[in-house]
Amino acid sequence: MTTVQATRAPAARPPISPPSLLRASSTIVWRNLLHIRRMPEMLLDVTVQSVMFVLLFAYVFGGAIVVPGADYKEFLLPGIMVQTMVFSSAIVAMGLTSDLQKGIVDRFKSLPIARSAVLVGRSISSLIHSSIGVAVMALTGLLIGWRIRNGVLEGVLAFLLLLLFGFALIWLGIWVGSMMRTVEAVQGFMFTVMFPLTFVANTFAPPESMPSWLRAIAEWNPVSAVTQACRELWGNGPVAPPEAAWPLQNPVLVSIGWSIVLTAIFAPLAVSAFRRRSRD
Amino acid sequence: MNATPAVEAIDLVKHFGETRAVDGVSFVVPQGSVLGLLGPNGAGKTTLVRMLTTLSVPTSGTGRVAGFDVVAQPTEVRRSLGLTGQAATVDEILTGRENLKLIGSLYGLPKKYVREATERLFARFDLTDAADRMAKTYSGGMRRRLDLAVSLLAAPPILFLDEPTTGLDPQSRSGLWAVLRELVSEGTTLVLTTQYLEEADQLADEIVVVDKGRVIAAGTPTQLKDRAGRASVVVTLTHAADVDEAAELMRSCCQEVHVERGSRRLTAQAGGLGDMTRIAAVFETSGIALDDLGLARPSLDDVFLHLTGHRAEDASTPTNEGVVP
Ligand SMILES: Nc1ncnc2c1ncn2[C@@H]1O[C@H](COP(=O)(O)OP(=O)(O)OP(=O)(O)O)[C@@H](O)[C@H]1O
Ligand SMILES: [Mg+2]
Repeated sequence: MTTVQATRAPAARPPISPPSLLRASSTIVWRNLLHIRRMPEMLLDVTVQSVMFVLLFAYVFGGAIVVPGADYKEFLLPGIMVQTMVFSSAIVAMGLTSDLQKGIVDRFKSLPIARSAVLVGRSISSLIHSSIGVAVMALTGLLIGWRIRNGVLEGVLAFLLLLLFGFALIWLGIWVGSMMRTVEAVQGFMFTVMFPLTFVANTFAPPESMPSWLRAIAEWNPVSAVTQACRELWGNGPVAPPEAAWPLQNPVLVSIGWSIVLTAIFAPLAVSAFRRRSRD
Repeated sequence: MNATPAVEAIDLVKHFGETRAVDGVSFVVPQGSVLGLLGPNGAGKTTLVRMLTTLSVPTSGTGRVAGFDVVAQPTEVRRSLGLTGQAATVDEILTGRENLKLIGSLYGLPKKYVREATERLFARFDLTDAADRMAKTYSGGMRRRLDLAVSLLAAPPILFLDEPTTGLDPQSRSGLWAVLRELVSEGTTLVLTTQYLEEADQLADEIVVVDKGRVIAAGTPTQLKDRAGRASVVVTLTHAADVDEAAELMRSCCQEVHVERGSRRLTAQAGGLGDMTRIAAVFETSGIALDDLGLARPSLDDVFLHLTGHRAEDASTPTNEGVVP
């Protein structure tokens, strides 16, 4: 079949060369980061809020929480960093829903680019967003006495684990963001999930002091494995007591395992929900 | 000429659960022409446009844009079209200029071209002064114009516009009409949806009237008007005292002469311009002074009433732009 030759001179049409997935995604990342630059208050959730958490827990509850064999502030920092990373899933979900709601995704969909560029771009900018939070946490920690006490390699590995875990949870965010219709709904839902997920864990207090059923949940919580891994890699706390559940005995491997499992569960759900949303 | 049609809809259907949003719609838009999709709220206009622009997958049927199938060849379709959706899809946090930069980069257009085209489009849409302001500070009309500028960046040969003037004041509306006519004169094919009968009349070569997901009439504006009844000649006298004499005179040459009580206006059924010139000649020789003499065609409002049994406005308070369906 012949195709339409525009009636006007072909020279009037500029050359369209659809960008690769990578280029399209990085353009979308540029756009999302521009949003953060224009509205720095978007970072409040991972900066001021997290600093507040550090200060509250370190100075208000810290005295009341006893961690055998560790300084509480040292113990706390890895937990709060993991919490910050977990919040990337809420950030990606809210960003995606907002773009869907405002029709920006429709605009992107009408362009000759891979549709996944929207998701890839969102994911990367959310990871950057949370990483800014983790960096702020690290600086705050350094000010109040937190230190990386082991080698550089272990130190870097812990940060990579944080990123990997954040990446896995981003799929949860994309899934939720594709299914919900308003940013408010996403926010309500995600925070209802995020708070128990990050508190029923070893993030702020050792699980040993919890009732046994809650302790079991806390010890199997993926958040605990990642936190424990960071603590051990940074030298910020004791290894798990011998009676702790096995995820805490092998935290680094288990963190990697959890990240793979969560990705395997949520990535297909997320992609199919986004596809379904994209068909209407 | 046997050129490929710019747009073809062949028995397109889209169901949302039980809702038959589009229920078997077909039409053909030749290259360089303007199709008006006319219908009240919920008629299925947006759903049709979304299917033809690859945003939504048809339940059944075929859509072709520039000869490419919307389901099988979406990328080629997207390269050929520009779309201005019902809700403005500009990024509010970016400036006007950044919005064009973003889209230009996603089309993979040369940077230099994007810069020049941006200046050109902003001048055309009267946005030059606002180019470096965040789009959230724009008025509704400015956002619409920015949205249109974005759609035109890659100079698409086929442009879809979903209720382009809803929410605009009359001046911005006629400004936009002028721009659209200019695009058509350059060879662009337009598919536009509207609830404004006047808009379809003003711009479209062909009108497809949809209601409840089905085509209820199609034709040129003139053909549609003819279907709603014949034209009439309207005579306005200078002096009310001449009414009886004028009525007598018109009855001698026309049918169905009506005198509007208490006014100086008389109407008579007319087959066309011939009747009008005949009446003009009769009054000329009689010496009765006239203020006005003209041919009145039924408006598209009348057409709509005739076709659907309800007025277009009955079913609709025009939606504001920016409202998400
Ligand atoms: N995503 C969707 N899910 C469910 N129903 C939908 C969806 N989109 C549209 N509909 C329904 O399909 C029908 C047609 O809607 P559509 O938006 O195409 O009408 P329209 O002619 O564009 O109306 P308007 O003039 O108000 O823009 C309506 O009944 C609408 O409620
Ligand atoms: Mg609509």
